[in-house]
Amino acid sequence: MSTPGTSQPASIPPMLEMRGVTKRFPGVLANDRVDFDVRPGEVHTLLGENGAGKSTLMKILFGLYQPDEGDLRLNGVPIRIESPTDAIGHQIGMIHQHFMLVPTLTVAENVALGLKSGRGPLTDLQAVSARIEEISSSYGLAVDPSVAIWKLSVGERQRVEIIKALYRDAQLLVLDEPTAVLTPQEVDDLFVILRQMSSAGRGLIFISHKLHEVMALSDRITVLRNGRVAGHTTPQETSRQELAQMMVGRAVKLAPDKPSVEPGADRLSISGLTVFNDSGSAAVTNLDLTVRSGEIVGIAGVSGNGQRELAESIIGMRHPSSGSIIVDGVEVAGSEPAESRGAGLAYVPEERMKDGAVGEFTVGENLVLVEHGSDRFSGRGLLRFGAIREHCRKLVDDYRVKTPSIETPTQSLSGGNIQKIILARELATKPTVLIAAQPTRGVDIGAAEYIHEQLVEQRSAGMATLLISEDLDEVFGLADRIAVMFEGSIMAILDTEAATREQVGLLMAGVESDPAPAAGVALDR
Amino acid sequence: MRRLVGGLVPLGAALVAFAFGALMLLAVGASPWDGLTALVSGAFGSGDRLIATAVKATPLLLVGAGITISFRASVVNIGGEGQIVMGALLATSLALGVPDLPAILLVPLVLMAGAVGGGLWGAVPGALKAYAGVNEILSTVMLNLVAVQFMNYLLRGPLIDPLELETGTRIPQTQRLSDNAALPALVPGTRLHLGVLVAVLAAFAVWVLLWRTPLGFRLRAVGHNPDAARAAGIPVRRSVVTALGLSGSLSGLAGAILVFGSEGQRMATDGSAAGFTGSAGFNGIVTALFGGLHPLWTIPSSYLFGGLLTGATNLQRQLQIPSALAIALNGLVVIFVVSSGRFQARIDRFVDGRRNLGTALADDGEPLAPAEAEVDSRG
Repeated sequence: MSTPGTSQPASIPPMLEMRGVTKRFPGVLANDRVDFDVRPGEVHTLLGENGAGKSTLMKILFGLYQPDEGDLRLNGVPIRIESPTDAIGHQIGMIHQHFMLVPTLTVAENVALGLKSGRGPLTDLQAVSARIEEISSSYGLAVDPSVAIWKLSVGERQRVEIIKALYRDAQLLVLDEPTAVLTPQEVDDLFVILRQMSSAGRGLIFISHKLHEVMALSDRITVLRNGRVAGHTTPQETSRQELAQMMVGRAVKLAPDKPSVEPGADRLSISGLTVFNDSGSAAVTNLDLTVRSGEIVGIAGVSGNGQRELAESIIGMRHPSSGSIIVDGVEVAGSEPAESRGAGLAYVPEERMKDGAVGEFTVGENLVLVEHGSDRFSGRGLLRFGAIREHCRKLVDDYRVKTPSIETPTQSLSGGNIQKIILARELATKPTVLIAAQPTRGVDIGAAEYIHEQLVEQRSAGMATLLISEDLDEVFGLADRIAVMFEGSIMAILDTEAATREQVGLLMAGVESDPAPAAGVALDR
Repeated sequence: MRRLVGGLVPLGAALVAFAFGALMLLAVGASPWDGLTALVSGAFGSGDRLIATAVKATPLLLVGAGITISFRASVVNIGGEGQIVMGALLATSLALGVPDLPAILLVPLVLMAGAVGGGLWGAVPGALKAYAGVNEILSTVMLNLVAVQFMNYLLRGPLIDPLELETGTRIPQTQRLSDNAALPALVPGTRLHLGVLVAVLAAFAVWVLLWRTPLGFRLRAVGHNPDAARAAGIPVRRSVVTALGLSGSLSGLAGAILVFGSEGQRMATDGSAAGFTGSAGFNGIVTALFGGLHPLWTIPSSYLFGGLLTGATNLQRQLQIPSALAIALNGLVVIFVVSSGRFQARIDRFVDGRRNLGTALADDGEPLAPAEAEVDSRG
């Protein structure tokens, strides 16, 4: 597990070698004697939590940083990469997590951007288009070069990014969390393309923290932790469990232990709910759903099938056009969040920096964003700072939020810690119903594990939870019942015990299931 | 460190502006040194002049402190002029209506009337923005015009000094108002009146409001992130109305102080808003921006701009230089300060980079960089 990469049968010389790379920032050792190499024709995964040093290492490779120690060799030749232009010149390409495309320009224009035209001052888009089509057909990257970027789906935009790199003849390609924005089907498509690229002799560096993807795609895996190499391994010699352990440095539970809880009374009853999205079409149609006390109901579905609108209409950020939402006996459809919360709702929103936290506020201020006006935290028109500080310190301790102090601006923390702050704040309101949308998306394993434990603990305490997640592992691990959402409707509600991934996957794609035993039983509840 | 730099950058910008002012003095044939000394001694050179500066700074400080409230809530208020006028009109009407109340009652009452008048006039565009989506920049500016015409109507008609009608001069001003409403002098025999103290206290009150009360917490949350604020149960629309209402009430208070702290003890105009307000409604915005949108920093800022105004009078008297030059200087200071925002941001980044993540200062008590002052008017 912790054998250096060189001990592998190195029949093929590596195209990239990074040896003893060290990079220091004030107060932080971002990379500590990191060894990493890539051979032609392989997918080498760089795995690690946020802040483990993956980005720093890749920024060094891309010429954005210079290493303090250590050296780089490309095809055996020592090199110094001064800038991204330099990196591109060495046939190193990068697919960023956030696409670097101009939405108003066409595919061909985006690809040609920054390249010299064959026709001097005039553009040469026809030649570019022809080349793009050549690349598309040889890799199965179906994209029309003349279409403007803004008209493309997220998956298609990513293909354009890949084409851009291939057009520049990148031999070594860095893919920074490429699956973060993709649907499961798009991930499958992407993996086919990536395999094809590696079999053509290119070297791929795959950065991800989704363990099953890492296991599925990688030839070799290097795990970073706190700036150091925690180990080199391969999918054949390891397991998801072991990888998680290497990343975090201690044993982790990928799925929490769920004590059996007998569900109680209905806490959230939705009936006939229809909600429109921002562009005015129905995102949720005539939806019925019930969540009971002591129960977690998971909504599985591909992003964009109405989950966001469902969550927003329950909390009151979006007002439904018809239907009823009853929380603990109180009708909240059409209410503002203030009233819905009064009825016992709490909300962990999908976009934590947009709807969940005020980035400029301190950790403490975000922890009392909901309850600052309560008698506990204010009196005679003034905030009670003593009580607030005490409360916040306790929450920070209880939820193991990694922050220098409660006075730290929230936006300077990692996503996982911000998510813990939001969850801590919401659960502190002692809700009867929690709407948790993508509670662990982009969150490191340790934090995700902790968030899952908290959800299970609250379930035992009788809270009703609606868990909306695109992560099937999460849904299967936490939910008692799984409601599969497709195009604004619930296809079926399955008991988790009886459901299979294949069954759920088909329902997510809108394929009606056969009257399988599990589905029939669960539908009326 | 950041606090220090936060103060130094606008000061540096002011110095550069003064250097340009020196060039302008040269251009009109005066010695820059004489001009500068005339300006500075005119503003701060003697007790009387300091008092004159304090009196000039008072409406700027009040408007500026109000501006910090609305801008912190991400609401732009360009309606200071109108809010001053409406506050003054309500306070004046009250003093005309019950002139015989004892001073101990009448003085607080006229000040409150000013705050109410300006507050309502500010709440109108607030409500229009919150419930009808009307851009508050447009509506506050337009309501300035409405307020001026209303003032002209009242001061030329119902509220005009009967003496003006008798003599036929028809200057748009009220009669001399009840002495019971006059703001008492803090130092007997000088013009240093209660309003100067009220303004400084108001700035402290705004600081308490923004950083020590649940209401201020909500306003700042809405200002930073209205979506997260709303999801957390904060009434965003009501907060917008409150922010503009409070902002307007401080301008209205300034209006009352302009009337009852004036030597004439009456409300008078030349037919324009500036004829009554001295453009404090606009200059107050500049004052707040120069103070980094922090109510306490707005205090020294207002005294600087107040000093420019009194210094300009002296400049004119001593060197026969048009006071317009001082006004131009005022404008230069603004331009340099606002453009120094970029510089400030760079320094902040440098400071942040040298510090371990997180030991950053808490938000309270720290002035915003002027660049951030260019608040976007999110709907």
